[in-house]
Amino acid sequence: MGFFDTTLGMFLIILAQCLMVLGFVMISLLVLVYGDRKVWGAVQMRRGPNVVGPWGILQTIADALKYVVKEVVVPAGADRTVFFLAPLASFILAVVAWAVIPFDETWILSDLNVAVLFVFAVSSLEVYGVIMGGWASNSKYPFLGALRSAAQMISYEVSIGFIIVGIIITTGSLSFVDIVLAQDGDWGFFSWYWLPHFPMVFLFFISALAETNRPPFDLPEAESELVAGYQVEYSSTPFLLFMAGEYIAIWLMCALTTLLFFGGWLSPVPGLPDGAIWFVAKMGFFFFLFAMVKAITPRYRYDQLMRLGWKVFLPMSLLWVVVVSFFAQYGAFGGTYARWVTGG
Amino acid sequence: MERIGTVMAFDYTRAGKYFLLADFVLGMKLGLKYFFRPKATLNYPHEKGPLSPRFRGEHALRRYENGEERCIACKLCEAICPAQAIVIDAEPREDGSRRTTRYDIDMTKCIYCGFCQEACPVDAIVEGPNFEFATETREELFYDKAKLLENGDRWEAEIARNLELDAPYR
Repeated sequence: MGFFDTTLGMFLIILAQCLMVLGFVMISLLVLVYGDRKVWGAVQMRRGPNVVGPWGILQTIADALKYVVKEVVVPAGADRTVFFLAPLASFILAVVAWAVIPFDETWILSDLNVAVLFVFAVSSLEVYGVIMGGWASNSKYPFLGALRSAAQMISYEVSIGFIIVGIIITTGSLSFVDIVLAQDGDWGFFSWYWLPHFPMVFLFFISALAETNRPPFDLPEAESELVAGYQVEYSSTPFLLFMAGEYIAIWLMCALTTLLFFGGWLSPVPGLPDGAIWFVAKMGFFFFLFAMVKAITPRYRYDQLMRLGWKVFLPMSLLWVVVVSFFAQYGAFGGTYARWVTGG
Repeated sequence: MERIGTVMAFDYTRAGKYFLLADFVLGMKLGLKYFFRPKATLNYPHEKGPLSPRFRGEHALRRYENGEERCIACKLCEAICPAQAIVIDAEPREDGSRRTTRYDIDMTKCIYCGFCQEACPVDAIVEGPNFEFATETREELFYDKAKLLENGDRWEAEIARNLELDAPYR
């Protein structure tokens, strides 16, 4: 019985694993912000950041440092406790969800049997960061912005939930590892869930944009016409935490898209080895799409946003749940929709 | 949507485009086209855009080739300056020629109209090609005669070339 079988040893191993996941998230955060700006710049025929470090890759670190050394301005009459709790909640909850994201079949912090539910619950809680931030600022525009953002995030969470229900019905499990393994088939790329759940891929992606307050649904950031949103009164490190939380949530949505629809760590070509590299590559591709959408779309009006969420996405995803249930029950298309029966 | 009687005609084309995300596909195509285009940005401090010979930048007082300063203290520039940024005092020199004892330009007042250059009968005061003369204090922008003559010495080659290039159009 070695050291790593003792309680202390196991604790240390788990701690190291946590730090590895956190490290991955933080390093990818640096690359994401940089990549976002580069893609945005390229579409506008600009170079993007290219001065700090080779090709400007250290720009994010410079920006983060800049935020940290700035003065923290707390509005008079703000609830100080909640004011500082809000960005922390936003950031920590965004990181916590990564505990159940599998990078490979065994590279996972905690293979929860209700992992999907866990991620869904944690990302729902992120609304609290927004509401707390807007309320604690004790200022009218952040408060209105918080209400707007909260309504937006909740609206799209409903359709994301229904889309995930379809996936769960097809898999017969709430574990991400099971969901990915169920997509492992003889046709590689074409046995993943994007094909049987085709229209829902787009719905999920667009809902993910709205859920993470990305363009074209970035009303909380609409500084020109709506005086931004819940983060108006935030400066310095608290603002940095909000921003970091937002990008981590975006990265999480890329991970979810990959896991739910595009086979996680599975190789797209049958015969090539599976591995975490595929997972990160797919996430990178979806982040590229996120960045491209940001570059090409104008901002939605708030009523258009709500109409899309409640009158288009909700009925469509609801109908899809019924259709998938029907297909799964009667084993349509050779059991494509009931993989717990056919065994993937 | 077109209203026919009391029944709304359904625009199938528009609905189809809406659900097939036609606008987004088009936008994505356009975005990707521009993504691979050459960048329009200049790496500014390392790369600079071309300047016209007529570019009106930082002021300079020029000299003749023998080192004699050109300015004869006629004060035409002081008179024409719409921002009243120029102040000149003059006295006869020991050899009897009329020269300035004081030639100040307040660069914070100057509007870079180039009238001083146009007014000058001897091409003494000119606006050179230099536009990078930002300072950390306001006082540094109150140029005196020494500073202007130094600018003239430093930028003479470029100024002379620009004047020559622009001469056919004057």
